[in-house]
Amino acid sequence: MIPPPAFLFLAVLLFGLGVLAFFVKKDLLTQFMAVEIMLNAGNLAFLSLAKAFGRAEGQALVLFVITVAAAEAVVGLAIIVVVFRQRRSLRTDELKDLKG
Amino acid sequence: MSAFASALPLVSLVTFLPLAGAVLLVFIRGESLKAVRAAALAVSLLTFALSLFLFFGFDGASGLPEFVERASWLGRGLDYHVGVDGLSLFLVLLAAFLTPIALLSSWRAVGDRVKEFSVFMLLLETGMIGVFVSLNLFLFYVFWEAMLIPMYFLIGIWGGPRRVYATMKFVLFTMFGSLLMLVGVFVLHAAHHQATGGYSLAIADLAGLALSPALQTWLFLGFGLAFAIKVPLFPLHTWLPDAHVEAPTAASVLLAAVLLKMGAYGFLRLGLPLFPLAAASFAPALSVLAAVGIVYGGLMALIQKDMKSLVAYSSVSHMGLVMLAVFSLNFEATEGAIYQMLNHGLSTGALFLCVGILYERTHTRKIADHGGAAARMPVFAGIFLVVMLSSAGLPGLNGFAGEILCFFGVFAANKALAAVSVTTVILSAAYLLWLYRRVLLGPLKDPGDPRLRDLDKRELAYLVPIIVLIVFMGLFPGVFLRKLDASVSRYLDAVKTPAAATLGLAPAPERGQTAENRAELER
Amino acid sequence: MAEAFWLIPLIPGAGALVLLLFGSRMPRRWVSWQSTLAVLASFVLSAAGFARLVRAGPDAPALAKTLLPWIASGSFVAEFAFSFDRLSAVMALVVTGVGLLIHVYSVGYMAGDKAYARYFAYLNLFMFFMLVLVTASDIVLMFIGWEGVGLCSYLLIGFWFDRPAAAKAGLKAFVVNRVGDAAFIVGLLFLLTAVGDPSFAAINAAPAAGLVGPGLATLAAVLLFVGATGKSAQIPLYVWLPDAMEGPTPVSALIHAATMVTAGVYMVSRLGGLFAASPAASAVVAWTGGLTAVFAATVALVQTDIKRVLAYSTISQIGYMFLGCGVGACAAGMFHLFTHAFFKSLLFLAAGSVIHALGGEQDMRRMGGLRKRLPVTFPAFLVGAMAIAGVPFLSGFFSKDAILTSAFAGGHYVLYGLGLAGAVLTAFYVFRMVFLTFYGEPRAAGAHPRVRESPPVMTVPLVILAALSALAGLAGLPVLLGGRADLFGRFLEGVVVRTAHRLAASSEVLLILAAAASALAGIYLAFVFYRGSPALPARSAARFPRLYRLLTGKYYVDEAYEAAIVRPLVRGAELVYRRFDLEVVDGALNASAAAARGAGQGLNTVQSGLLRDYALAFLLGVVIFLGALLL
Repeated sequence: MIPPPAFLFLAVLLFGLGVLAFFVKKDLLTQFMAVEIMLNAGNLAFLSLAKAFGRAEGQALVLFVITVAAAEAVVGLAIIVVVFRQRRSLRTDELKDLKG
Repeated sequence: MSAFASALPLVSLVTFLPLAGAVLLVFIRGESLKAVRAAALAVSLLTFALSLFLFFGFDGASGLPEFVERASWLGRGLDYHVGVDGLSLFLVLLAAFLTPIALLSSWRAVGDRVKEFSVFMLLLETGMIGVFVSLNLFLFYVFWEAMLIPMYFLIGIWGGPRRVYATMKFVLFTMFGSLLMLVGVFVLHAAHHQATGGYSLAIADLAGLALSPALQTWLFLGFGLAFAIKVPLFPLHTWLPDAHVEAPTAASVLLAAVLLKMGAYGFLRLGLPLFPLAAASFAPALSVLAAVGIVYGGLMALIQKDMKSLVAYSSVSHMGLVMLAVFSLNFEATEGAIYQMLNHGLSTGALFLCVGILYERTHTRKIADHGGAAARMPVFAGIFLVVMLSSAGLPGLNGFAGEILCFFGVFAANKALAAVSVTTVILSAAYLLWLYRRVLLGPLKDPGDPRLRDLDKRELAYLVPIIVLIVFMGLFPGVFLRKLDASVSRYLDAVKTPAAATLGLAPAPERGQTAENRAELER
Repeated sequence: MAEAFWLIPLIPGAGALVLLLFGSRMPRRWVSWQSTLAVLASFVLSAAGFARLVRAGPDAPALAKTLLPWIASGSFVAEFAFSFDRLSAVMALVVTGVGLLIHVYSVGYMAGDKAYARYFAYLNLFMFFMLVLVTASDIVLMFIGWEGVGLCSYLLIGFWFDRPAAAKAGLKAFVVNRVGDAAFIVGLLFLLTAVGDPSFAAINAAPAAGLVGPGLATLAAVLLFVGATGKSAQIPLYVWLPDAMEGPTPVSALIHAATMVTAGVYMVSRLGGLFAASPAASAVVAWTGGLTAVFAATVALVQTDIKRVLAYSTISQIGYMFLGCGVGACAAGMFHLFTHAFFKSLLFLAAGSVIHALGGEQDMRRMGGLRKRLPVTFPAFLVGAMAIAGVPFLSGFFSKDAILTSAFAGGHYVLYGLGLAGAVLTAFYVFRMVFLTFYGEPRAAGAHPRVRESPPVMTVPLVILAALSALAGLAGLPVLLGGRADLFGRFLEGVVVRTAHRLAASSEVLLILAAAASALAGIYLAFVFYRGSPALPARSAARFPRLYRLLTGKYYVDEAYEAAIVRPLVRGAELVYRRFDLEVVDGALNASAAAARGAGQGLNTVQSGLLRDYALAFLLGVVIFLGALLL
């Protein structure tokens, strides 16, 4: 039996890696995957806490997050594809059309 | 009251008939200018005819609102609640009387997008009348804001070359004021709930709340600023000349005649009765500002080079007298102020019409470009003269009856300020007659100018009723004043009793608190 | 018929309304008849009222009629209430009588004018307001007349509005009058607040009833009197009257000599009870009058425009009236008002006849030798001149003497001296006018062969007025000739305040002789200057160049007002407009708009467009938020 804090610890580790990857990497696709890692770290945290407290809300929320993440992946990847087609590059330090 | 009149929701009809007319106009083909103009005029005339039922049916003995209609609307005290009393009756009539006149005056001046113009004018009329008939604070606020929108478009679309600047200034000034008022509305709503447990924004209910002096001060400042900007009270007046100069004649007429009255009406309806303690402590300072405005506006009018901004500054001066009378808090001054509001509406409205008539012919508002027009336009010169004398307060015309009551009441409150305000007698004669001399008298500027023809039938049709009213109101002010008496007494009771009672019963702490508060504000 | 006295003002009022609305489409003959008959009707009614008052005896109450309520609110009440007492009767007779003659005269004088109907409409309107003024029984209603005559004066001065000078003079008259009226209104407010009833009876009774204390009485009376200095052209507000001569000459005769300008005297007499309660206010009235009488007479000495001489003469003569009222002899002041109305309108109309004959020439230096060519005008003018100069047994002699005697008897010796000096000056300038205009060789315009006497419609009024000027003095013979001699004074007894001073018969005789001597001295001096040695005027002007320039420049009062009041006001307003309205208030508004824009631009730099920056900001936000939550 793995103690519950271990799951939480893993979740924090995963989240930290996601954040780190998001800031270190300059490639839009990789950064997107970092965001996915963070989302799943969140899922893991929800699940472990749900298990620990013995309540169902955490599990329900995870289902929501998965749904949203799926939708997000669809839209996000589509945008990434379009950006790549137009610019032939996904380097985020070159994408600054939104500068005010 | 006749059976016919009592069977109808008259106030709602008068308020919303123009709105219905505006909706109707949308379905008329915009290309047929005649049909659009005739329809708009017919709607506004019908509104005026209905408002006459209000006048003749109004009893005025009780001083309470009459023709009251009340229905729940949004819940939680946000009711539909309308009616007229002595304070509002004549302002409703003024708006209903001048809208058809303004529409008629625009028949030649406005040639493009006539349909939209007429729609906005009618919407404006609904907004104006709505402000005056609202007996619920929220409804009041809705109309107060709603009326800004058509005015914004009227100046912004049909205005002069600097119209964008003028509309932005107009909207910024007035929005700034009314946002503070909105906060005040929320606070009052909460205060009423706290005090009674129920929900109401009926103005009569709110007046019954015994608000703490500190709260009154803050609320008075919020509401007072909104009203003072609208009046406009010196030194918040600079939006007015710009708005007037750029506005088309019809909008100028309504702006000067009716919109400015809303500020003064706001003080009478809300500012003073809802916050009597704060009103009593601010009245001296505001009186001084009003008196400064009288002289300041008069002097500024003296040096203007544009006819419309001259008339605009004269409004600052005249409304200064009205406000001074309002803050004098006595019977004669209050009746005088209300009467003077009507007089100012008529005479300044007519002055703008006269300036508009000259502008239509010469396409310039610069005084220096005019001269000697009386030789070619004798009838116009005569009408302009009467209007001008009415504005300058010649005894026997309407301006005098209001002015002398204001002077009398102000004098009872403060002799020095009364003496200052009497200078308006000199200043108004100086700037108006000087305008008259430069524009209408002297040698004809351009003898060959074929455009300087005398008034046509349409122009006479909208000027003559004003002239008749100017004379009638000057000779028989009693017809109007008697309908005010009871409402004014009731209003003064509401304003003065709490102030006297609180200050009299527990003078030291209450006064200390207000003084403290004032000191805080000054910091 | 006397009960219908309230129709006295209303008839010309109705006439004016008809003429204003339809006059331009009426035939001229109709206009002349209608307007003249309206005034005649008022005159007849006034005479009927007068007869009624005479028959009823001195103690009978005045005729009174309240037509309608007017302005009423709280404790402020004013009504359309008219009354007709002996003072009103005198004024109404003068106004309608002189007005009638001037209407007739105008038919001839204005015959060639294209705005004939407008002229008569204004004239009728003037009669309406003037008669309201004299028959009003309360002071607020009187103010309608007071301002209304000012309006008509404005309209008639600027009658030929296409002339810039006329338009300017009208404006000046109205605004200067308004300055006085502002003071008048403040005085009115003091009175109304203290008395609570605007009727003259109540105001006059107030000091005795203790409603108005001495201080308040002085304040109110002086403020009202400032109003009178505007209307009646006294120091310091007289400056409009000389310019008012831009109007048609019959207007100058009616409004700016006989009637409107004397309204101030009427008002002071009407409020005798108030003025009597304040010796200080009475002294102000007397001194203003006395100083104005001499001041204006000195200016009249050197004017060359025939109408301007008469204008300054009017200012001076009204000064005498105020002098009389101020020393407590309102009856004497009113008597001078009465005689002055005749001889001054006569002088104006005769001058008008001269101007008419010379085709508009008003400069006396271009006249001369008109004695034979104007066989009716000349004797009429001469009678008027003798009357105003105070030649014994003509009207002006008696009325001026009555004022001076009262001043002397009241112990106001300096004022008496001023009055006597003024009398010499008056006789001098008026005969200077006679000699320059009618004697000597014809000069310039006067030499024109087409100069002819005016038509009878103009000369008949002259003759009537000449007769009145000569004989009106008989209505107020000196008390010296027996207690019943002063008919005029006795008629007004009980209506106007009168301080009775008895002088020894011998001193009264001396005073009369002094008055006569001063008149004759003035005339003699004028003869020496303008007939005896024609080079003398130029020589004396050369000898006292400064004094001469000061007089011809009218003491530079207009210029001083312009420099001290008008220009600083306009300049100051312009400065404030630029500095305050445009810079401070609008500046603040524009600055707040600029600040909003600047803040936006400043914050703009944060918006780098880089995904990482946004994420970093987000992360920071989360950290701060969580930190705040945990701590």
